[in-house]
Amino acid sequence: MAGVSPFGSPTTVIRMNDGPTARPSRLFRNLNAKIASIPMILTALVVFVGGTVWTVVHSFTNSRLLPRLNFVGLDQYVRLWSAPRWLISIENLLIYGSLSLIFSLVIGFVLAALLDQKIRFEDTFRTIFLYPFALSFVVTGLVWQWLLNPDFGVQSVVRGLGWESFTFNPLYDKELVIYGILIAGLWQGTGLVMCLMLAGLRGIDEDIWKAARVDGIPIWKTYLFIVIPMMRPVFVTTLVIIASGIVRVYDLVVAQTSGGPALASEVPAKYVYDYMFAAQNLGQGFAASTMMLLTVAIIIVPWAYLEFGRRR
Amino acid sequence: MRYRSSRAALAAGAAFFMIAPAHATDLEVAHWWTSGGEAAAVAELAKAFDATGNKWVDAAIAGGGNTARPIMVSRITGGDPMGAFQFNHGRQAEELVAEGLMLDLTELATQEKWAEIVRPKSLLDSCTLDGRIYCAPVNIHSWQWLWLSNKAFEDAGVPVPTNWDEFVAAAPALEAAGKIPLAIGGQPWQATGTFNVLIPAIAGKDVFLKVYQDHDAEAAAGPEIAKVFKAADDARRMSAKSNVQDWNQATNLVITGQAGGQIMGDWAQGEFQVAGQVAGKDYTCLPGLGVNQLISTGGDAFYFPKLDDPEKTKAQLALASTMLDPKTQVAFNLKKGSVPVRGDVDLAAANDCMKKGLEILASGNIIPDTNQLNTEDTNNQLNDLFVEFFKTPSLTPEEAQKRFAEIIANAD
Repeated sequence: MAGVSPFGSPTTVIRMNDGPTARPSRLFRNLNAKIASIPMILTALVVFVGGTVWTVVHSFTNSRLLPRLNFVGLDQYVRLWSAPRWLISIENLLIYGSLSLIFSLVIGFVLAALLDQKIRFEDTFRTIFLYPFALSFVVTGLVWQWLLNPDFGVQSVVRGLGWESFTFNPLYDKELVIYGILIAGLWQGTGLVMCLMLAGLRGIDEDIWKAARVDGIPIWKTYLFIVIPMMRPVFVTTLVIIASGIVRVYDLVVAQTSGGPALASEVPAKYVYDYMFAAQNLGQGFAASTMMLLTVAIIIVPWAYLEFGRRR
Repeated sequence: MRYRSSRAALAAGAAFFMIAPAHATDLEVAHWWTSGGEAAAVAELAKAFDATGNKWVDAAIAGGGNTARPIMVSRITGGDPMGAFQFNHGRQAEELVAEGLMLDLTELATQEKWAEIVRPKSLLDSCTLDGRIYCAPVNIHSWQWLWLSNKAFEDAGVPVPTNWDEFVAAAPALEAAGKIPLAIGGQPWQATGTFNVLIPAIAGKDVFLKVYQDHDAEAAAGPEIAKVFKAADDARRMSAKSNVQDWNQATNLVITGQAGGQIMGDWAQGEFQVAGQVAGKDYTCLPGLGVNQLISTGGDAFYFPKLDDPEKTKAQLALASTMLDPKTQVAFNLKKGSVPVRGDVDLAAANDCMKKGLEILASGNIIPDTNQLNTEDTNNQLNDLFVEFFKTPSLTPEEAQKRFAEIIANAD
């Protein structure tokens, strides 16, 4: 991200303090950097913080098509948590989220470790694995809708090869549909995880490997107990990227199943959109998005406190 | 001072002269009519409007009302309104009107006596807020039709049913012949629509009005609606094998004789026409499911956002007037497969099913459309319930009715 660091480079600081006797005021230190970061600070305050506060406030109103400040207390939240569709959405997000987190980390790391064996055509493989990430979720969803379609996709191909009773039809089965979406999500996202992991592995000093080999430690143990703990920052970055992708999953579902069959593959972000716009009930949509924010905050805040608070 | 006022008068005069001869004004019109028959119908409106010396700028939004409405609303509330836009008859634009964002058409309506020519009256009522008129109704669509494939029943060796009960009784024979008795697409609104058609057919008009007009939760939880849920349970069993998404794919199952029938609005008729099928010979239509001969009066109306440019306002009024012109009404509605909103035009070209609809309309056995009675919020909640009901055999009719009554109790 092209954000501007609030601290200027050391050279800037020195030049700023060149004046003969002027005592530098705290406010004017790193003035260039401060001025340069004003647009970003304003954006963050107005768009992110302001928008969030506005949304939360309006979630306590009975706003319909247009936002109004007509407070109704917790009504929207009561309705939200008694709506079967919302409960299904939350359950789906939990299943999709936990599995997608585990599988993309494991598959991504294993692929990266395999690529790291100084194999031939590494560039080619890397491109192939990363390529799905260049596609949007909508395209991914459509492609996998066709692949998983029983009449054209995997099922019909295998049946055509002779296994007449082969059944693989996740998208039309209410119990399996969320796994059909998971497959598409993993196909799209694992390549990026692999690349991040590969970068992390390349950052490990060759000498560590040599030392481990001298000590006679098996390769899998070296990975598990030496390399992975050393890659902690890479894992944190990857986790944040995957998690943010999970919470906002929307277009994949819309393209692949539009929430069906029945409500079996609904997700929270889709509930928010449908109630805000199609149902013309902003209050209900805002309540749902506030709940999404709250869920993320409950997970992120204690973790961030442990992760970053300790170092001070 | 004097100089200035005379200049103003001069400018006003000039403006007057500029308007008086038909001055071409571009007017952007947004709608979601994108299928073949619909596009042909829109072309009739555009042609008639262009003939007034203005220019119709087409802004069609694909994907149906649920996709198009949010786009239109965000353009209007975002300060970039189009010249005119299509909504369904009913409460979808309620708040936009209340907020004062729509052009008041009352003067034009009084001048052209809309109150006398538009039938049924409920269409104009849906356009009215505090005695002022804010939209121009263009057509009437009704939901209460059962479309039956004569071929499917012939193959199954049973006579074509004449009402819902006979249809349910014929279902096992259809299944034995390898047919889907009832086709319902997977889109949520189709499930809700099917149920809403069953209410007046099974429980009658009064119960329908009690539930949807008065939002009477007791009636919604009562024994009459329980009967409707039982019928819906039958429909659920009969439609268990229909594996299509869009309504026209479901209609196609009926056209090709793979399915016995479909409950769908009169827009399905266009599909039969395009396929070259003849009413009475290839397919049968039963208004009110053959039980209770009534139709609802939904359909489309055009709204005109308030614009600053007086030229555009003039063009907007010209468009509203054109839409209700008798000639435009006939040309447009024949292509669209809907019924004109004027009772005084001649529809000799209408086919058998359409004539049945016109007769019922003339007899006055009509109900308002659910869009006129429910907010979009309530409709969406109903969609969530019924799409689940029709796809989940383990959800009992009793449990579903309880949830139905809750939604009605909270409706406004």
